Amino acid sequence: MIILLITLLATHVVLLAVAELPPYGMSGNPSYNQVAQRYIENAREDTGVLNVITAIVLDYRAYDTMFETIVLFTAVLAVIITLKTTEGEGGGT
Amino acid sequence: MRDFVLKRVAALLLPFIQMYGLYVIFHGHVSPGGSFAGGIVVGLAFIAFATIYGLERGRAKVPEKATTLVESYGTLWYGLMGMIGIFKGAPFLANKLAGIDLGELGALSSGGLISLIGLGVGIRVASTMVALFFTMMEDES
Repeated sequence: MIILLITLLATHVVLLAVAELPPYGMSGNPSYNQVAQRYIENAREDTGVLNVITAIVLDYRAYDTMFETIVLFTAVLAVIITLKTTEGEGGGT
Repeated sequence: MRDFVLKRVAALLLPFIQMYGLYVIFHGHVSPGGSFAGGIVVGLAFIAFATIYGLERGRAKVPEKATTLVESYGTLWYGLMGMIGIFKGAPFLANKLAGIDLGELGALSSGGLISLIGLGVGIRVASTMVALFFTMMEDES
């Protein structure tokens, strides 16, 4: 019962937040700011790369990509730890 | 999976698929695509080989040690590329700020560290796909 109440309350809060969001696709939205414009205009001389997406992913947002590769690494690590079984050496089923 | 036609078609197509994946990785900074997309194409070539020719023969092409090494050192490679910036007195992962020659716009050697980082990420993504596939399939059998 309490769990149900908590869930309803959380849903209510989330829906309130969603109702406050600006309308989808309007040009005056805060997400359409000068950042995208700056990347498009300066990517070539800042990074010397023609592909603006690569310029953003591997130069402007290089930290993000680094941790993205670490996420992949962690995923492989988790799968190997869960599924790999070694014979003889402790653990393992 | 012992179909003759399937094996012949795979033998003809897989080298080109792999070359295409490497092409996408190497040209990530001058043409559409990039290291993530190219890495997945390269990895899928290995996965297709293993599903068509059997897991043992696939494993012979990509030993477990190879995926483990690429997996670990690929992650390290990214960090090392970032350290170049620090050694040159610029922030971590700096490219232009570190005074690296960016080369001619549109050339394969352009972009300074970007192409090197992209190469590392691409090979890493490929080995991630392959390692996940083999670990899960070998657990099943």
